[in-house]
Amino acid sequence: MVRLKHLRLDVLKPHHPSVIEFSKILAEQGECRVRVMVLEMDEKTETLEVEIEGSNLDFDQIQSAISAIGASLHSIDAVEVDSAKST
Amino acid sequence: MDFQQLKLWLHLTRSHSIVRRYFVVNGFDGALTMLGLITGFHLSDKTQITVVISACLGAAVALGISGMTSAYLSESAERRKALADLEEAMVTDLSNSAHANAARAIPFLIALVNGAAPLLMSLVIITPLWLANAGVSLPLDPLLAAIGTAFLCIFGLGAFLGNVGGTSWLLSGIKTVAIALATVLIISLLES
Repeated sequence: MVRLKHLRLDVLKPHHPSVIEFSKILAEQGECRVRVMVLEMDEKTETLEVEIEGSNLDFDQIQSAISAIGASLHSIDAVEVDSAKST
Repeated sequence: MDFQQLKLWLHLTRSHSIVRRYFVVNGFDGALTMLGLITGFHLSDKTQITVVISACLGAAVALGISGMTSAYLSESAERRKALADLEEAMVTDLSNSAHANAARAIPFLIALVNGAAPLLMSLVIITPLWLANAGVSLPLDPLLAAIGTAFLCIFGLGAFLGNVGGTSWLLSGIKTVAIALATVLIISLLES
């Protein structure tokens, strides 16, 4: 079974919710660790680099959560998967 | 819609203070209108209590509907504009996002508060009139009791504002009562 372990995303979001709230909402999507870095701040938006690490990430769920809070996924910049056999 | 969702929408639109402001502004409107009406009736020659109740109730309903519709129309227009501005900045369609849901729901909440505040405030103030009309004996004249209730409500709103602003609730309450006293004084001068 191939599992998604790590994602690095380029995300544009409005100022609200804040980066902290945004990170918490993403972390609620499964057992994962979320790291967010603000790359650019405009009048109404922020460009973020979002790194998510987990044992088995659900990309569709993460993407839905990003859209639901009014943010926009611009690109997937890095991906890490593994194909370790499940026990 | 659950409470957490409502909290998120209020946060996204930064509407907490707007809701509070509308509650106080329109609550004060309702209380002062009732105070003015009842003072007018009290200063005029004997008026039947049912007439006073009908006039006050009519004014209360009108204030409620006016507050509700005006707030809904203005807030929904403001929210639509804010959402369109955000969509333009994001270069994306936000119609399925929490921001769009908030833009649709928050005007209803603000309208409800804006309409309910003067209506409820008015209903509380005319309660002594209803009680007197229902045959309950009051320790003082029903119109004076209603005027006293109006002063209490106005003091409460002032105290609430003082609490919100982090200043003395007592001083803030006294300030709003002073405004109410000035209103009564002006009405008395006009009636004499």
